[in-house]
Amino acid sequence: MTRLLDIKDLHVGLPAGGQRKYAVEAANLHLNDNEILCVVGESGSGKSLTARAIMGLLPKPHVHIAKGSVTFQGEDLAAASEARLRDIRGSEISMIFQEPMTALNPVMTIGNQIDEVFRFHEKMPAQERRSRALKLLQDVQLPDPEQALGAYPHQLSGGQRQRAMIAMALALDPKILIADEPTTALDVTTQAQVLRLIKQMQESHGTGVVFITHDFGVVADIADRVAVMQNGLVVETGTTDEVLRRPTHPYTQALMAAVPSLIPRPPRPRAEERVLRVNALTKTYRSGGGLLGGKARVVHAAKQVTLDLTRGETLGIVGESGSGKSTVARCIVRLTDAEAGEILLGDTDLRPLGRAAMRPHRAKIQMVFQDPFASLNPRAKVGRIIAQGPEMYGASSAEARDKALELLKIVGLDDRAYDRFPHEFSGGQRQRIGIARALALEPQILVADEPVSALDVSIQAQILTLLDEIRDRMNLSMIFITHDLRVAAQVCDRIAVMQRGEVVEIGPTAELFANPQHSYTTELLAAVPGKGWFASETKPLTEAS
Amino acid sequence: MESSQRRTRYVLKRLFQAIPIVFAIVVLNFFLLQLAEGDAVDVLAGEAGAATPEYMAELREKFGLDKPLVVQLGVYLKNVVMLDLGYSFRHDMPVSELIFDRFFPTLLLMTSTILLAVGFGIVLGLVAASGLNTWRDTVISIFALITYATPLFWVGLMLIVVFSLNLGWFPTSGMENFAMFYEGWDRVLDIAHHLVLPTITLSLFYLALYTRLMRASMLEQAGQDYVTTARAKGVTERRIVFVHVLRNALLPVVTMAGVQVGALIGGSVIVESVFAWPGLGMLAFEALFARDLNLLLGIFLLSAILVVAVNLIVDIIYSTLDPRIEMA
Repeated sequence: MTRLLDIKDLHVGLPAGGQRKYAVEAANLHLNDNEILCVVGESGSGKSLTARAIMGLLPKPHVHIAKGSVTFQGEDLAAASEARLRDIRGSEISMIFQEPMTALNPVMTIGNQIDEVFRFHEKMPAQERRSRALKLLQDVQLPDPEQALGAYPHQLSGGQRQRAMIAMALALDPKILIADEPTTALDVTTQAQVLRLIKQMQESHGTGVVFITHDFGVVADIADRVAVMQNGLVVETGTTDEVLRRPTHPYTQALMAAVPSLIPRPPRPRAEERVLRVNALTKTYRSGGGLLGGKARVVHAAKQVTLDLTRGETLGIVGESGSGKSTVARCIVRLTDAEAGEILLGDTDLRPLGRAAMRPHRAKIQMVFQDPFASLNPRAKVGRIIAQGPEMYGASSAEARDKALELLKIVGLDDRAYDRFPHEFSGGQRQRIGIARALALEPQILVADEPVSALDVSIQAQILTLLDEIRDRMNLSMIFITHDLRVAAQVCDRIAVMQRGEVVEIGPTAELFANPQHSYTTELLAAVPGKGWFASETKPLTEAS
Repeated sequence: MESSQRRTRYVLKRLFQAIPIVFAIVVLNFFLLQLAEGDAVDVLAGEAGAATPEYMAELREKFGLDKPLVVQLGVYLKNVVMLDLGYSFRHDMPVSELIFDRFFPTLLLMTSTILLAVGFGIVLGLVAASGLNTWRDTVISIFALITYATPLFWVGLMLIVVFSLNLGWFPTSGMENFAMFYEGWDRVLDIAHHLVLPTITLSLFYLALYTRLMRASMLEQAGQDYVTTARAKGVTERRIVFVHVLRNALLPVVTMAGVQVGALIGGSVIVESVFAWPGLGMLAFEALFARDLNLLLGIFLLSAILVVAVNLIVDIIYSTLDPRIEMA
């Protein structure tokens, strides 16, 4: 075993006047060959900047290495010249990123982008460069490597793009691969494939990998050693087994505790009263075509979707991107018009109602959105955002104000939040505001579209607890859209699994997890990262996987 | 091969779609011009000093102006389809001949203006963005701000005063020196010499606009993830700027330039008047005052066709620059 990388006392300085002086402080890390080191942390922990500091890719001049050394094969990269760093980048150390769509140049073919790596590091004829690029694309198991060479990034799927990125990074067989959240933007099943690919490539090439992630499941699946970061400090390092099974630092322990368990919680009795019945809901998106011909593209976002929801129940809708789960939610809230089917709220069919006829029913179904940054009007004070709804439905401004203050208390925010603007709050706090806003109209049904997927694990756990409390306290029914089966296991009484616009399976959470009927459900369950690692979880899943 | 076939089909489809658009423009223009008080006969009579009502009625009958509007429109449309744009009573010439004579100078002026504005705009924007917050950036930004805020006609007059009258480097007006009877390359040079000042005048405003747009676009693209990827591959900064960032940064500039070609025809009226450039802008200006509606309609029709054609060209350029835009 040789030591590839040695990071000693690394300080990454931030511009003066910021919250912290250092984004990364006194970090000591090392990496051996043929090893995967996972750097785990929540947003703002400094994990990404650590990765960039290794390659000299910090956003200069504001962010820079203030102190410390990054020794790569006896050479201090923190002191290396820009020209020397350029030689090393792409050939000795290379990097893959979170979002392959933006990380690839949209107007250059994959072939050209891989070609650049060869051209800038080694002299070889164009013919050879091409054949090596082709070989790389075969190695990363792209379905049609020949075609992928000439394809632009937008012509590939998300998983294929990330494969192409990996091919590009491994072009010159680097000693170190730095992977910055490479699977975060991918669907679970694709994530599992890409993780397997990274592991395979790493093993066959003996590469050392620095893998940045926020997901302990991924860590469990891929890491040899783990470093946990919090607020710029490395708080704990050790082998995967040590850190995951016997964490010593309280922060690591808290993070581990916040990872939702895959074991569904005990079932609750189901009420008789059906508050919502969705029958054969259908929504199709069309694009292209038109008067002068051309082929129209038709996407069946919802095909004959049938669901029902009883009082006090949480129904999860689970699926990957493009499965139509958000479309169903938006149809139910009537933000999108479905073409066919029924949305029965009590005995009224909401689907055919016009604007005016829908108005009295609007308050009864409210929605919580995914992105707490984009879903609150940045120019309206929090109090306004919450109080506006009740006022529209005839409450006096004093009543609306009281209501808003009460709701702020319920969601765990201070009274003073009333007169502040959304940007003054963190992501988790904003999601609380979003929930308060939805609750202000005293809905019977809350539709939550991925309400925690933009949040860090520890915050995620808090919001999930809050949603649970509120549901019980107000006797709400909830439709909970998520792509994360761990979250679903902890929140939902029943789960509907969607694939390509169809509900392929629906049933009580525990049954669905223990005994999935549809092959797609099995596939999804098998792809959940880190399953089998968290000891207590293994039992109910052994039969399933 | 497949893509070139698709491109041909796309162009044909777009040309086909342009027919109803141009037709609608003709009809709209026709009625729009009817809203203006008075007709060619009023102007003719006014210039003659006096005319009896009988004589005016006779003239109207002769020009077909006494018929109901719809009939006039029908006759006009029929003629347009037969490529007959009518007769200008004012100039005593067929409109098509008149317009054709003036079309070349305008096209020349427009093309050189666009090339200058877009070309230099891109270069200046690129220089400013790559030397962000250095003296180059500051100088270019101030230059852009000043030209952006200066009225066209004033720039034109000042250029004439300084470069033609005081320094004597360039001619004051016209498109060529007829008295010299130049031929061949001499004539080309002569026209180019005359072209300099009007082109600069007309392009300055757009130049400033594209410089600012290009600078902002370059800066935006420089912060994108794919730039970090390129850097992580060990690609040189030079190549990052000229290959990766430049092509992406061009897209908004091309879009903007495409939209503004139409506005350029309007702007050229002022410049053509200031420099006595014998183009369509001048002709339109005169035709409007003479209530020479046939001529005006002809000019409008040509401009409409020009704008449609330029839009098509811009779309084709755009789709070659950006593979994400599909031609369908």
